[in-house]
Amino acid sequence: MSFLEIDHLTKHFRVHKGLFGAEEETVKAVEDVTLSLEKGEILGLVGESGCGKTTLSRLIMQLLPPTSGSVVLQGERLAALPPEEIRMRRIDFQMVFQDPYASLNPRLTVFSTLAEAIRTRHPESFGDNLARRVGELMRRVGLEPRYMKKYPHEFSGGQRQRIAIARALATEPKLIIADEPVSALDVSIQSQILNLLMNLSKDLDLTMLFISHDLAVVHYVADRIAVMYQGRIVELGDADEVFHHPKEAYTRQLLEAVPRIEYQNAS
Amino acid sequence: MSDAASIDSMPVVPEKVEKGTSLTRDAWLRLQKNKLAMICLWVFAAIAALCFIGPYFKYIPGLREVLPDPNATHLSERSQLPNATYLLGSDHLGRDIFSRVVHGGRVSLMVGLLATLVSITIGVVYGAISGYASGRTDAVMMRIVDILYSMPFMIMVIILTTMFGNQLWLLFVAIGAVEWVTMARIVRGQIMSLKKQEFVEAAVSLGYSDARIIFRHLIPNTIGPVIVYTTLTVPSVMLLEAVLSYLGLGVQPPDSSWGTLIKEGADRMQSDPALLVFPAIFFSATLFCLNFLGDGLRDAFDPKSSKD
Repeated sequence: MSFLEIDHLTKHFRVHKGLFGAEEETVKAVEDVTLSLEKGEILGLVGESGCGKTTLSRLIMQLLPPTSGSVVLQGERLAALPPEEIRMRRIDFQMVFQDPYASLNPRLTVFSTLAEAIRTRHPESFGDNLARRVGELMRRVGLEPRYMKKYPHEFSGGQRQRIAIARALATEPKLIIADEPVSALDVSIQSQILNLLMNLSKDLDLTMLFISHDLAVVHYVADRIAVMYQGRIVELGDADEVFHHPKEAYTRQLLEAVPRIEYQNAS
Repeated sequence: MSDAASIDSMPVVPEKVEKGTSLTRDAWLRLQKNKLAMICLWVFAAIAALCFIGPYFKYIPGLREVLPDPNATHLSERSQLPNATYLLGSDHLGRDIFSRVVHGGRVSLMVGLLATLVSITIGVVYGAISGYASGRTDAVMMRIVDILYSMPFMIMVIILTTMFGNQLWLLFVAIGAVEWVTMARIVRGQIMSLKKQEFVEAAVSLGYSDARIIFRHLIPNTIGPVIVYTTLTVPSVMLLEAVLSYLGLGVQPPDSSWGTLIKEGADRMQSDPALLVFPAIFFSATLFCLNFLGDGLRDAFDPKSSKD
């Protein structure tokens, strides 16, 4: 039994078109996806935009109801649980979002954001104890604790993403879904955030689903890579294997889209 | 960003925490740079302070003479021009106009502020729930709003006053019932766009309750439009009260509001222009200030939309 099993997960959206929505069309966002993640593993999910990566992440997070199929976390079928039970269970799986400018509540200080999340796991924590936990969390993601009373708009994009990661860690989750966590950041900041995520995964024995459109980034982070195309997983395998010896034509296309620096011998 | 090693050596609970600037404080700082809005804020504050503190002057010797009983008549000193005893003159019954304006202003401002407070509270909560719930709940809640919108206000007030008699609380109910509807629509629109943002998804994934998400994460983010609309609602409510009082449906004598004072003044416009002019000046100044303040607040909360 794997840590997380995604079993024939399917999501269709109905789109109304034409005059008064008379014509109905079905968009197959996620089509029969089966994946499994082992504990402590980082699985990379790549694909072009619009291929269903984000929908898949929302399905796993139980933010969207699936059309069919199921998500099984530690042997428990999530969709079978009553809504209130799912709400309690949410602290076990957290998400890091793409846009650090939209993923933090602009009206709350870093302290409020983190303290609120910490109290979902430790409702008894308050006062000095809570402040210490917030400080530890900030240090863990590489932020100075003395900035805890500042607001999100006073931080840079990379720092904000660190706050978002700290918030995801605050509930002490077992699974983290990172949906394009670096694509909104400067290239120079990207590697810092990627290293942070990899170190956290190692230190805290976190299982992670890392979603990106950039095969090079995924190859850097992930143990295994799944390639998604038009709602389906077209290739799945060891990260080096997929990156260096892709089997599918689509994966090769993705690889060719990665810009490379070629050195010329100055002879 | 300093490197990881130095951060690890820092105390977890820092001795000195750097205070951040909240968005609301940011807006306040920006508003302070807007001269016209600040002047309007101070003029409004002065008028409001005078109207709310003024009626207590009668307990203070020395100040008692400035604001005498607004209903005391002095038939020997009728229709006087402004002088040392009657700062703004006296009316046809020898009542002090300044005192009547201040006491009337208290009623007008109270109706304006309380009715607005009631309608804003109802409107914000109703709109937020409707926008967050979406689907069928939203549709039903908004149809109720549509029905309220289509009710003729004047006829409703006339029916209410004939049913319950002329009472001040009826004014609050009638005005509140009309004004919250617009607020509910504004907030609903705001919430609908906010809830698509990732921080709300993050709040859902953290397992926060719906009530917590609405009141802690969504409503505080609508504060800009809400404050702006509030400062614009207060004058429109005061105007409504004045219209109702002018028609004889609002505040009844011996109580007076700026609306009833203006009506009385208009009746004696030719023989006693001071009776119309002074309440009208105070009333217009208040409305003017609130409208400009609202304008300034809009620019302060949403700097991108300002003209310059």
